[in-house]
Amino acid sequence: MTVKIRYFAWVRERVGKTDEEIDLPPGITTVGDLMTWLAKRGEEYAHAFDNPKVIRAAIDRSHVRPETAIAGAREIAFFPPMTGG
Amino acid sequence: MTIRLQREDFDAAAEAAALTRGRTDIGAVVTFTGICRGDEAGEPIAALTLEHFPEMAEAEIRRHVEEAQRRWTLLSVTVIHRHGRLVPGDNIVLVITAASHRSAAFAAAEFLMDYLKTRAPFWKQVERSGGKSWVEATAKDNAAAERWSKPAVQPARRG
Repeated sequence: MTVKIRYFAWVRERVGKTDEEIDLPPGITTVGDLMTWLAKRGEEYAHAFDNPKVIRAAIDRSHVRPETAIAGAREIAFFPPMTGG
Repeated sequence: MTIRLQREDFDAAAEAAALTRGRTDIGAVVTFTGICRGDEAGEPIAALTLEHFPEMAEAEIRRHVEEAQRRWTLLSVTVIHRHGRLVPGDNIVLVITAASHRSAAFAAAEFLMDYLKTRAPFWKQVERSGGKSWVEATAKDNAAAERWSKPAVQPARRG
């Protein structure tokens, strides 16, 4: 399954890119699994995802939790807690 | 419902006037403007840059306006959120709620602001003489949004 991954704010800065297409290996079924897998892709990813508890995620532009299944997702975004308003 | 995400400034008075023009059913308008302060966490700042996730921000704000409309009887709602680089004194966000009576307008405006702060995908980065840093989410803002997750209570319908 190929998904578009987007990064925002300091997650974007640490990863060093705004988005990318990723071909997910089998066995990655939840948002949490994906973060664990991304963290092993290199030093910049390890830095971005070193504390996955603070990172928020969205699938197809809706907030999701780490235990949410990613089957069928077209776009998954990772970002820090929001500070708008 | 009017939702706009924009770099440009907004005119709160003009937006409120546009919302009530030609209508006689509106008895209460609450206008909230969030403004860039000259300090963050007690330290002076030079500027604030707001990053956002455009498509999701629009969808998320729309969902919360719809939720506000389910909870209270609202006659009109406007939300404008700016992004890009802002300096102290600049407008950041505008929420206008219109209703027959004030209680619904006040409650809905507060509800929308509490949710915008914790759920709308915007991130503030501050510029100081020493460099740039991301603003951290506060427990206070999270607690403010959390209180709305209790069952909705319709306020008394008296102006």
